[in-house]
Amino acid sequence: MNDAANPVMNAAIEMRGVSKRFDIQTGVVHALRETDLDIAPGEIVGLLGFSGAGKSTLLRLMNVLETPSSGTVRIGGRDLTGLNDAELRAARRKIGMIFQQFNLLSHDTALENVAFALRIAGVGKTERDKRAREALDIVGLSDKAGSYPAQLSGGQRQRVAIARALVNEPGVLLCDEATSALDPHTSLSILRFLKDLNKKRGTTIVVVTHDIKVASYICSRCAIMQDGQIIEWIDMADPKPESSLGRFFMETAKGWSDDTVLPEENA
Amino acid sequence: MINALFEYGGLLQKAVWETLLMVGITMTVAVVLGGPLGLILFLTSRGGLIEHRWFNEILGYAVNVLRSFPFIILLVVLIPVTRFLVGTSIGPRAAAVGLSVAAIPFFARLVEQSLRDVPIGVVDAARSTGASVLQIVRFVLLPEAMPALVSSFTVTAISFIAYSAVAGAIGAGGIGDLAIRYGYYRFESEVMIWCVIVMFALVQAVQWLGSWAARAVDKR
Ligand SMILES: Nc1ncnc2c1ncn2[C@@H]1O[C@H](COP(=O)(O)OP(=O)(O)O)[C@@H](O)[C@H]1O
Ligand SMILES: [Mg+2]
Repeated sequence: MNDAANPVMNAAIEMRGVSKRFDIQTGVVHALRETDLDIAPGEIVGLLGFSGAGKSTLLRLMNVLETPSSGTVRIGGRDLTGLNDAELRAARRKIGMIFQQFNLLSHDTALENVAFALRIAGVGKTERDKRAREALDIVGLSDKAGSYPAQLSGGQRQRVAIARALVNEPGVLLCDEATSALDPHTSLSILRFLKDLNKKRGTTIVVVTHDIKVASYICSRCAIMQDGQIIEWIDMADPKPESSLGRFFMETAKGWSDDTVLPEENA
Repeated sequence: MINALFEYGGLLQKAVWETLLMVGITMTVAVVLGGPLGLILFLTSRGGLIEHRWFNEILGYAVNVLRSFPFIILLVVLIPVTRFLVGTSIGPRAAAVGLSVAAIPFFARLVEQSLRDVPIGVVDAARSTGASVLQIVRFVLLPEAMPALVSSFTVTAISFIAYSAVAGAIGAGGIGDLAIRYGYYRFESEVMIWCVIVMFALVQAVQWLGSWAARAVDKR
């Protein structure tokens, strides 16, 4: 509908001086300190770090689910921080997002869940059912169109969520711990699907994870995050970690051992 | 026992209708005004979709003030308002005014809590697909909270069946009124017992219907 005004195929992500503070009862949380970041169109990039490092916050700033406390966020060259509500909502249709907990509507069938993303864009019933079926077909769930989330396995639910995120043909896909709740073989099959999607459509993918296996398998490079900051970038084809946290992650890629050096608590 | 039923059956029937009328009006007002109030409390709260601190605080304060009134005092305080609205301060229609005023904040808080129980991630997912606040309310929050909302309705209805009996003390009509006038002041304990039985049946019926409806709308 707004596609002409919204050409976000193969989108680049560009952040300048972006930070996020949360005011809470006990004071201020600096969830993300001023951060610059550039992701090229068609890249698969990881945000790697422990719990509370600010990975989700950084990801949620990319589609402005969190309003930045400072800085600008550009997707496909367009500054999302300067948009009004309607423009921002239109822009979000071209930025898919999936989550650890899948976040499907429990009272809607798989088909209705996927069609939801079209329904809110004002696409008519026949058209949206057709496109939702196609999206379910792509994730290999054509036969589950009429099932409710409660009747599906974790992997199937995540596939429905992926279909929902892809049905508007986004140029960017944001994944927040998308495989953290899944067993290893389901995780791998989901990650393969994402890798394949990236190859076929050139979709830019950002993967938040605390699992180095996920990052090494799918990402071309990774931001190591700690304490609301990107402390270093690691090229996954030729990893040369410098921080103790970066070294910890790369070392544990091969598995844990008695000699594994735990990173300092707070660098 | 049975004789009393024959003797006072007509009175009892009238009382049941009056109770149903009071509770019916009360629940209608609770849903029409208390429902949106609960939604607004939820949406404007900290981290809400249309967060608005001071507005939310004032509204929450007003709701708490109303809720902390002992019910019987509320009825008395409202007598001028009731006279103005209904033209009298006795009878089921008059009592419905006080009951409604008490039910609005009661139901609103339950609605607010029901909405709070919808997993926040589902709302995030909807926002990420570009949904507006109204679309999220219409397609996400209300449907996802529906089983809890139905239960809230049931709890409110049952509470206000009981309150309607309390209102009998100031001449509201209904089952409570009958129990007080005949059972208490005139020592006709059989009437009292029948009133209790009818109340019990009413509450059970509402609970049963409510549970059935909550299950019918639950897809989890
Ligand atoms: N809505 C919020 N309100 C207050 N604090 C928050 C909020 N979201 C995140 N935080 C805080 O910001 C920090 C980073 O959180 P997050 O980005 O979720 O980390 P990660 O995803 O790496 O686990 C944490 O300390 C967290 O408690
Ligand atoms: Mg997180």
